[in-house]
Amino acid sequence: MSVSVRTQRSPRAAVEVAVTGILVLTVVAFLGLPLVAIVERAISQTALLDAISSSDSTQALRLSLQTTTISLILILLFGTPVAYVLARARFPGRDVIDALIDLPIVLPPAVGGLGLLMAFGRQGLLGESLDDAGIEIAFTTTAVILAQTFVASPFYIRSAKAGFDSIDRDLEAVASTLGSSRFETFRRVAIPVAMPSLLAGAVMAWARALGEFGATIMFAGSFAGRTQTVPLAIYRELETGLDVPLALSTVLIVVSFGVLFVFRLLTRKAATGWGS
Amino acid sequence: MILPAPRAILFILCVLIAAGGLAACDESDGSSSSSPNGSAVDGDVVVFAAASLTDAFAEIGEAFEAANPDANVTLNFGGSQELRTQLGQGARADVFASANATQMNLAVDAGVVDPASDIFAGNRLVVIVPAGNAVGLETLLDLANDGILLVLANEDVPVGEYARAFLEKASNDPAFRPDYADDVLANLVSEEPNVRQVAAKVQLGEADAGIVYSSDVTSDLTEDVETIEIPDALNEVAMYPIALTSEPENEAGARAFVAFVLSAEGQAILESYGFLPVQP
Repeated sequence: MSVSVRTQRSPRAAVEVAVTGILVLTVVAFLGLPLVAIVERAISQTALLDAISSSDSTQALRLSLQTTTISLILILLFGTPVAYVLARARFPGRDVIDALIDLPIVLPPAVGGLGLLMAFGRQGLLGESLDDAGIEIAFTTTAVILAQTFVASPFYIRSAKAGFDSIDRDLEAVASTLGSSRFETFRRVAIPVAMPSLLAGAVMAWARALGEFGATIMFAGSFAGRTQTVPLAIYRELETGLDVPLALSTVLIVVSFGVLFVFRLLTRKAATGWGS
Repeated sequence: MILPAPRAILFILCVLIAAGGLAACDESDGSSSSSPNGSAVDGDVVVFAAASLTDAFAEIGEAFEAANPDANVTLNFGGSQELRTQLGQGARADVFASANATQMNLAVDAGVVDPASDIFAGNRLVVIVPAGNAVGLETLLDLANDGILLVLANEDVPVGEYARAFLEKASNDPAFRPDYADDVLANLVSEEPNVRQVAAKVQLGEADAGIVYSSDVTSDLTEDVETIEIPDALNEVAMYPIALTSEPENEAGARAFVAFVLSAEGQAILESYGFLPVQP
């Protein structure tokens, strides 16, 4: 009987494999083609290296590297405790905060940019206080960092919270019975155990900050070397020609893919390490 | 990470494929609609117009549709340089209205716009500062003061090009200093992609000053900004050319639209928005 079932199912299994294969190929082609097209066009241009090393490009690349690094540090510093509290503590309004933190993921960046203007702009809610304190944000690199942090932090906090959520509570209980303070338990148990999630979140947040465009151009403006990050430079240079936009896009694609790919290799290694 | 069930993915893909198919059908239906019928025209007329024309062309579009009930005007506004780039990358349009000759000529050179263009309007530059003028900008000379946050359009945007030409002209004027342009540009904090973004940054009070067209000081803007006039001798008069694209899908509609812009009615609308009409 089992034989007859198998012969009935095998043609269906073959169809399933074929359909799945076609779907996978379609998706891979759809997602990959635009990126491959950019890289192909950029490489076939003889001026690729010149375009990357032009002052417009290097200024934008340096600014993007600097701002995303600072944004990531801010996100890790403030986001990690917040994620831990959200995963551990039970208090009224927790779900509201939880939803609020996710909000920048689904909001258009233009809404983020407008919100930042209304809050930190010179005519904004905090504008006068900031002005009195001698803090200038409008059109400065600080504004770029604020925009990046605003749009990217949810990616880290979500992932970190999921990581802390999945920790076996007994582990932390044991640590505290052995005399660890809450902070020590957080530092020596929670952080190491949740590390893969923290890293995953950090990588996603950094990549999102690197690609940030809409909130930045609204809130920080666009000025080479000061607020014109790589995405803004791509938009700006598209008006004069394709060389620099293609070159900068290629750098973004290669770097982002590299980071995501290496990260996957690392976490797989880490995961199997824990499994054994 | 939670992955949705394979069936859910399959469903989403089917929906996407179906939507794509419908969109394709829709497109093939819409393209067969251009037959001039007497004086009135019909079908879609897609107009790419400089950002400074936003309000005036919105009204011209409505007036054109009123005169041609079967026609439908679709307007796409942006910096002229951005629209020219979009046209060069294959964007479909019937009419291109640029804020300067530079971008129109580049579009002609790229083969995407008909070389026969008409100047349909003029415009003048004006300096705007936020209402209240907290930093005390009174004269054009004050633009060179230390610490002024100045916003201009980038130099590929027509108004950005005109603004820099004005600064150069002023530097050569005895009433200004020879390094006036350099000092003013040292205050530049952002180079915006079109004139409306310059106006918005000043309207929000983020910037202390910006240079826009006088037609950009619309009724929406007047309560939020103050203007500093630029004398005629130093002012740059922007000339706006309009032309058909090289392969308009609705040629009759496009010609009728251009004729309407140049007509007394079109010119009156442009004038009411602060443009300088070119037809008597």
